[in-house]
Amino acid sequence: MIEYVENKEIIARRIARLFKPGDVVNLGIGLPTLVANYLPEDVTIVLQSENGMLGLGPFPSPGLEDKDLTNAGGVPVTVMPGGCCFDSATSFGIIRGGHVDYATLGVLEVDQEGNLANYKVPGKMVPGMGGAMDLVAGARVVIAATTHLDKSGASKLRRRCSLPLTAAGKVSLVVTDAGCFEVAGGAFRLLEWFAPYDPEWIIARTDADIDATGARRSELAC
Amino acid sequence: MLGVDLGNEEERLVQKPIISAAEAAGKAREGMTVHVGGFLGCGSPASIIAALDELGTGGLCLVSNDTGLYDVKAGRATGVACLVAKKRFARIVVSHIGTNPETQRQMNSGETAVVLVPQGTLAERVRAAGAGLGGFLTPTGVGTEAAEGKETVRVGGRDFLLELPLPGDLAFVKAKRADRSGNLQYARTARNFNPLMASACALVVAEVEEIVEIGAIDPDQVHTPSIFVDFLVRAAP
Repeated sequence: MIEYVENKEIIARRIARLFKPGDVVNLGIGLPTLVANYLPEDVTIVLQSENGMLGLGPFPSPGLEDKDLTNAGGVPVTVMPGGCCFDSATSFGIIRGGHVDYATLGVLEVDQEGNLANYKVPGKMVPGMGGAMDLVAGARVVIAATTHLDKSGASKLRRRCSLPLTAAGKVSLVVTDAGCFEVAGGAFRLLEWFAPYDPEWIIARTDADIDATGARRSELAC
Repeated sequence: MLGVDLGNEEERLVQKPIISAAEAAGKAREGMTVHVGGFLGCGSPASIIAALDELGTGGLCLVSNDTGLYDVKAGRATGVACLVAKKRFARIVVSHIGTNPETQRQMNSGETAVVLVPQGTLAERVRAAGAGLGGFLTPTGVGTEAAEGKETVRVGGRDFLLELPLPGDLAFVKAKRADRSGNLQYARTARNFNPLMASACALVVAEVEEIVEIGAIDPDQVHTPSIFVDFLVRAAP
């Protein structure tokens, strides 16, 4: 059996290839933030930051931070030429109103019905949903970005989420470090796998129904 | 109006008093619902929060995006984190407490009532309070714990949650610049919840970095109209 080694970079690389020029994209805190590092040179997208900005730019050079310009994690960032800033009601109007093409979010659990849990482990970890529930409800395409297995080796992809849901039935794509999946017909439909993993490994190690019909090996590999 | 040139009669009518951060903090009384602007410390009224910390008023109900960043090891506390640490809030209504383990601890132990609200719903509830709305319908939270106890309304075959306005007794907001009449301008992402809260509370105190004369801000560039603002505080440098 192929040994699993966590690889967040390939997840970010694969997601970065989904976007077309001009797409409006919100990248969540954590793993999804890495996606910005791998955007193809010829694809210019508009990054939305839910704390009130379109045209989120890269991190500033040390010493050039602006205390009034941060991302949704409170970290100093820059704004691209043509970018703009607005209040939180406008920001979430943009999100709920369907003006964000892709929302990429981190995952505690994601299931084959497209349910996502990523904001609460009752009694233990209660960070709060922040903007995640609005993003998942309003974005045109919701992408769940996650390592395929957790630290204990358990599948992050489930038949049914056991944790409180961030949204019901809203996830359409799941990208892990083993493959890229579409949520369809009550199963994870494998679109691509990343070598050295293969459909056999993915089916064996995923605690959910996998439909590998028509899947192909990705040109990306771990 | 303390120690300022009041100008002529017409001008004085629209000028807002400039008060100290300590005087601003003194307007918060036990049991009040206090809206505090800012997003993880960006655009937070830091001088007023520091004065409130010193004053020691407790039993407040907080409405804010978050409870700041609280890192005991690094000795770092932003936003209202210092007030949470001293348990000044009886009730906290926020969207996110992931950067403040002390808020999570108080929530899990039952020491403080913490209500988590989706960020867009929180913003719109505050906006609704300021805009005279009886509530609004949002798709956010349908099918989740956020829907518990709320009325579901079906419109055009789609489910929405009825969310109610969230007014406050007092708002502490932060802006980059004010004119003497109280018109406010914000900078970059420091705007966040500030203009919404300024519209939603009975009494509004704006902490600002710069106070300019009436007329010095172009009417097209005003983010918060002066009529929402009652007092101005100069931010500590």
